[in-house]
Amino acid sequence: MVSAMRERAILVRDLRMSYGPVEAVRGISFEVDKGEVFGLLGPNGAGKTSTVEILEGYRRRTGGEASVLGFDPAARPRELRQQIGIVTQEGGFYPRATVREGVELAGLPYPSPRDPGETLELVGLADRGEVRVQDLSGGQRRRLDLALALVGDPGLVFLDEPTTGFDPAARRAAWEVVRKLAELGKTVLLTTHYLEEAQALCDRVAIVKDGLVVAEGPPGSLGPGTAGYRVSWRENGSRVEHLTDDPTEFLNRVTGEALADGRTLEELQVSRPSLEDVYLDLTEEAAR
Amino acid sequence: MSLGGLVLGQYRFERKMFWRNPSAAFFTFALPLLFFVLIASVFSTDSDELEVLVPGIAGMSIVGATFTALSYYLVQLRENGILKRVQGSPMPASAYLAGLLASAVANAFVSVLVVVAVGRLGYGMDANLDVLELLVFTTLGVIAFGGLGVAFAFVIPNADSAPAYVNAVFLPLIFISGVFYSADDLPPVLDAIARALPLKHVIDGLSGALVTGTWPAGALLVLGVWCVAGVVAALRLFRWE
Repeated sequence: MVSAMRERAILVRDLRMSYGPVEAVRGISFEVDKGEVFGLLGPNGAGKTSTVEILEGYRRRTGGEASVLGFDPAARPRELRQQIGIVTQEGGFYPRATVREGVELAGLPYPSPRDPGETLELVGLADRGEVRVQDLSGGQRRRLDLALALVGDPGLVFLDEPTTGFDPAARRAAWEVVRKLAELGKTVLLTTHYLEEAQALCDRVAIVKDGLVVAEGPPGSLGPGTAGYRVSWRENGSRVEHLTDDPTEFLNRVTGEALADGRTLEELQVSRPSLEDVYLDLTEEAAR
Repeated sequence: MSLGGLVLGQYRFERKMFWRNPSAAFFTFALPLLFFVLIASVFSTDSDELEVLVPGIAGMSIVGATFTALSYYLVQLRENGILKRVQGSPMPASAYLAGLLASAVANAFVSVLVVVAVGRLGYGMDANLDVLELLVFTTLGVIAFGGLGVAFAFVIPNADSAPAYVNAVFLPLIFISGVFYSADDLPPVLDAIARALPLKHVIDGLSGALVTGTWPAGALLVLGVWCVAGVVAALRLFRWE
């Protein structure tokens, strides 16, 4: 598909956000297409949450451009708020309401809300509808958080660190919900500092550090710019590693030399550096 | 859904939540009645004391249902992120706040009604009853203390400190404003403070409606000023986070 034919859900250009003298976002740019699951990946304090809160309308950017579904998020028009769902991570539940009452209340201001029972089904809380919110477990509260974001049947869903603090089972459950959103054709913008989460869920990822995007693309394509392959083998008991863009030529040369010298290249491997390698490289640089 | 429908939806939800919160229900309805019955029992033969007590307790009920209740409630809503969630949702701020405030207003009117009913039916106090005057002064009290309650919630730093902040205002206020006894013999300084604050004037008006049959013009004026001040303070101090 040609990129010009795609419909854009989010457009961010040179976005900046300062808190007093501290510049948390220093010129971030990215685009998210409709129906895409896009991830902002980076360590804590990279500027992910500031970016998302600007797009959600909670914060006013100090510079750059931002457009969400064609609206300026800073103006917070009601029409925009009716088309987005926000998973807040900060609770925001009435403790004495039942799960169903809370979901029904949240659905009121949307033009065509999803049926509350169906919403609870979607997030796996179907059998908890009559339970008071204060009696839910931590994992169930996170599901309720999702339910409140989905009851309006929004086309675009913001998930700020949707699984931070989850045990593995709860994380799997949350991943299923994100996959379900993708199946339903929703656009999802999520932030995470878990690499495997970005790899598992996202169509495209932008790696953010120090308020800047340092790499962007489908999780499989993110490699170091110059050396795309890693060739390694064992020699004299330790591993020798070379990075190369042209493994065919490189392998021909080193294997030819080894044969000529009568050596064997033990445990010879050719691999693509994983996103983890890239992520660690990039974020280590940030720590330096 | 129309704006009116959203206000009604929020109002109904708030009513449900109020009755599920035993301590809110206790402070709004049970505590004023408890004071009323205990003090009235001590002075049961003294009709003069009853004529001070009924308007006084009714005035205190208005403060409890609006200023105290809204301060506590809004601090909770802010601290646990409910206000932030509402802000991010398509719920119009006006509809949300109207539903929330309507619930407090309903509590105030019902509790005034209960106190007056107990005074008249239970203790046979029938000096006077000017329904219009009762409505006017209850309404002015609700507006002034409602606005101040919303504003005060954003002066209180967190939920833990809310009881201290609220009672530091509420307790001295009811003691100097003539809730339990006639405030005619206060020391001049306290008298001056009480006259500057709204509760004494609410009680004066309620006393006019229930006892003396006069319309205190000065009280109307002072309360009018406090209504404006309360609403302006609420609008200026309210924030979602």
